[in-house]
Amino acid sequence: MNASHDLITVFGGIFGLLAVFSLIGAGLKYRVARGQPHGVIDNLNARIKAWWAMIALIGAAIWIGPWGVIALFAFISFQCLREFISLTHTRLGDHRALLWSFFVFLPAQYWLIATHWYGLFSILIPVYAFLLLPISSSLGADTTRFLERAAKVQWGLMICVYCLSHVPALLTLDIAGYAGRNMLLIVFLILTVQSSDVFQYVWGKLIGKRKVSPAISPSKTVEGLVGGVLTSTAVGAALWWITPFTPLEAGLIALVINVMGFFGGFVLSAIKRDRGVKDWGAMIEGHGGMLDRVDSISFSAPIFFHIVRYWWVA
Amino acid sequence: MFVDRLLASALCGFARALTGVRALWLGSEPDARPRVYFANHRSHGDFVLIWASLPPPLRRRTRPVAGADYWLTTSLRRFLINRVFRGVCIDRRPGRNGPNPVEQMGEALGAGESLILFPEGTRNMGDGLLPFKSGLHHLAKAHPEAELIPVWIENLGRVMPKGSLIPVPLLCTLSFGPPLSPVDGESREAFLTRARTALLDLAPPAD
Repeated sequence: MNASHDLITVFGGIFGLLAVFSLIGAGLKYRVARGQPHGVIDNLNARIKAWWAMIALIGAAIWIGPWGVIALFAFISFQCLREFISLTHTRLGDHRALLWSFFVFLPAQYWLIATHWYGLFSILIPVYAFLLLPISSSLGADTTRFLERAAKVQWGLMICVYCLSHVPALLTLDIAGYAGRNMLLIVFLILTVQSSDVFQYVWGKLIGKRKVSPAISPSKTVEGLVGGVLTSTAVGAALWWITPFTPLEAGLIALVINVMGFFGGFVLSAIKRDRGVKDWGAMIEGHGGMLDRVDSISFSAPIFFHIVRYWWVA
Repeated sequence: MFVDRLLASALCGFARALTGVRALWLGSEPDARPRVYFANHRSHGDFVLIWASLPPPLRRRTRPVAGADYWLTTSLRRFLINRVFRGVCIDRRPGRNGPNPVEQMGEALGAGESLILFPEGTRNMGDGLLPFKSGLHHLAKAHPEAELIPVWIENLGRVMPKGSLIPVPLLCTLSFGPPLSPVDGESREAFLTRARTALLDLAPPAD
């Protein structure tokens, strides 16, 4: 029941799986594409390569400890907010509100996690940013689309900073009989939700036919959605031994966060479609931007946090 | 010489880090032939960003066209524009009596170099594009061999708007469009409108 022993087992398993996927990818490139450029297979291999880097980065952050994880997610939030605001229109009058968002609210939110100040952590952005940022924008004296601009800045902060910060905030929960093992909750959340993304992609590519909503996402299929969510719910249940949950509880929680994760990608796709782009950015090869990779985590992390906090924290 | 180059690549590196700039070549490719890159103008950093997104060998042969009234006023600005950016400084005041700006720009094109030009003539604080000045037309007439490439700079005006000291770290995108050349018998106004439309076509959809 040693936390670092479990972490090594889980990460060893992930790297083993990645090695298998890399071999399959190389095999497909050699046998199916015969070494020639091939859209789907090259994208698959780029994605696998990026997974190596992402898992290694998360592993390194966990190895450093709470500060490493907080710093990693602060950076992820920063990059996501950058991508989000870059694609949404703000005006000159919002400049100060944006400076506040990037350089005050974002660092403060993560600092509150480091100092375990839960009361302020949970209302800093929904209350204080919500009220103070429009004040700052109004001082810019530009009324053009004012409500729209204020809403966009707030939305960006909620999705990219507030919601994502609930991942490292899992470290602050005191769960009876689980002391010193909270890192594994983060591993459970990320692994379950990201495997859902991966399995949706795999099932969609293998047997996907009916589109969930062609207007919002041309690549999401009903078969991919059902297959992906169910497979990764099984993954979550199978990971019960790293959590404070029973196998049944782990499976149910996995189902909830996988469904939330799916809709995270769905909602953000709707925004991308409206802005006429396919990806939020180009930071991670094969995946698009940072926000393309963590949209599902953003929607599932707060719900996961509250489920655990409501039922497992004394 | 060495210090100038080092400073130039340091500035480009800084601009890239701050803005994560991405160049999209939509209808043209990086090429060493003489070109006029014409772009929208919102920030003093605009030409640095175009510069930073060109491959280094092209960068050294691409010169920004800059307003003498701004860039030649202090010794630091003079050093930057003359030595680091190798700018072509033109006098944009009406009723000037110095060298002819079109001839100055033409000399660079004649020497096989490329230019970065902001045909709005000044930084635009609003949306969209201001009407174009006629310099682009004179240049196109005098140098039909030069390719005119529209470049839309997205977001830099929001990163560092006029009068602000701290930049917002937004991501910038540069869209390089297909080359444009004057058609025989086309009036100056028609040509400038066509060039302006070609540039606006590269802008993302308005809200």
